[in-house]
Amino acid sequence: MGMSLQQIVFGVLSIISIISALGVILSKNPVTSVLCLIVTFFTIAGHYIMLNAQFLAVVHIIVYAGAIMVLFLFVIMLMNLNAEIEPQKRSWLKYAGAISGGALLLVLLAALREASVSSLQPGAVEIGLISNLGKTLFSTYVLPFEVSSILFLSAMVGAVVIGKKEGHES
Amino acid sequence: MQHVWIVLGVLFVFLNIAAGLIWVERRLLALWQDRLGPNRAGPLGLFIVLADTLKLFFKEDWIPPFADKWVFILAPTVVVASVLMGLAIIPFAPGIVVADLNVGLMFFLAMSSLGVYSIVLGGWASNNKYSLLGALRGASQMIAYEVFMGLSLMGVVMLSRSFNLTEIVAAQEKIWYVFLQPVGFIIFFIAGLAETHRLPFDIPEAESELIAGFHAEYSGMKFGMFFIGEYLGISLISAMTVTLFFGGWLGPAFLPPVVWFFLKTFLFIGLFILLRASLPRPRYDQLMAYGWKLLLPLVLANLLITGAVALWLKS
Repeated sequence: MGMSLQQIVFGVLSIISIISALGVILSKNPVTSVLCLIVTFFTIAGHYIMLNAQFLAVVHIIVYAGAIMVLFLFVIMLMNLNAEIEPQKRSWLKYAGAISGGALLLVLLAALREASVSSLQPGAVEIGLISNLGKTLFSTYVLPFEVSSILFLSAMVGAVVIGKKEGHES
Repeated sequence: MQHVWIVLGVLFVFLNIAAGLIWVERRLLALWQDRLGPNRAGPLGLFIVLADTLKLFFKEDWIPPFADKWVFILAPTVVVASVLMGLAIIPFAPGIVVADLNVGLMFFLAMSSLGVYSIVLGGWASNNKYSLLGALRGASQMIAYEVFMGLSLMGVVMLSRSFNLTEIVAAQEKIWYVFLQPVGFIIFFIAGLAETHRLPFDIPEAESELIAGFHAEYSGMKFGMFFIGEYLGISLISAMTVTLFFGGWLGPAFLPPVVWFFLKTFLFIGLFILLRASLPRPRYDQLMAYGWKLLLPLVLANLLITGAVALWLKS
């Protein structure tokens, strides 16, 4: 068994991420689900670091673990959801969920089956470092990058419009 | 081997600073309020630190029967762990740093954004309406001020062209960034106050309205962890302010770099305590309006002007 340190770390991270991801969907208590999802995000950030994508890893923690999951918790706390008062889901909803999840799995498997490790160029390891990433984003991919920033802006404006109380305009 | 010593040294120094701040804060508050403060135990009342810590250890460690037990235990550990992780990227002197990351600044922001979990989870798990109110206030306050904190630092990144803290300090050899980024510094410090939820921004615990807010149900060393976490947070924000805006370890050569670093850091810790002694607490809606309507436009304008001037100087 000649396992390198990377393989051991990868294995441990993957096992934790699978267990915590299962915890998200199997737990009855919504707060436990959220905590499991946070652990999953941390393990995924760990995978990014192993791919030498440090910037992506840190941004992943800031955005998902630091902001979005706090808002999830916020909503769960405000709605006071817990296992006792949560209504039983209808059975057709469960089947629909299983079918759509299975379809996603199928698509992912089909896409990954064709991918080969040899298609990675040696230079690709350095792309995750912050300055290389910035140069690539603002040269090769500048148009999609700017378009996605407009998308974010319009989403923000939309949120403000929806959040604005009616009756205060006049 | 040297690396292990640095890690242990940073832990030892900062845990002791956090404990020592119990004494410093009470004596300084007393000074500014024209009282004596703790002066009985030991020379100058220094042993109040021991007495307080012993008291925390010997108090009954009670978990309310209506609380969510595991989340209740988890919450106070999060704040201490995230702040200690944040301390890992601070360069105390050339070569004395636990982790010299090339995304150091982002790592600090990530760790400070995790601190909010201790408030939210602690307040929710206590199953008490005052705690829950404190947790909700804490979550919205910290998420909002995190935005301004991140944006206020981007000016420094533009000038130094690096996210690595050692390089940022080295780039201040000629002039400290507080002179080039005064707006960034002020907004960072205000956001730091809100992130550590210190007075005047201690709205999640506001004892006159919410008893003790998110930690109303905590006792013994679990309360102590929130307490120590707050002092560690003050030390972290002070150390970051010094690193980013006041030249870190840089200073005239008659004192070693580490001494300069801690001298400056202690000045900012004193400023934290002075603000507590002198400013009243704003209302919750005032705090949010102040952030989104004043700080956000200011920090964006600062970013725009910094970027424009940096480009103009380059061309």
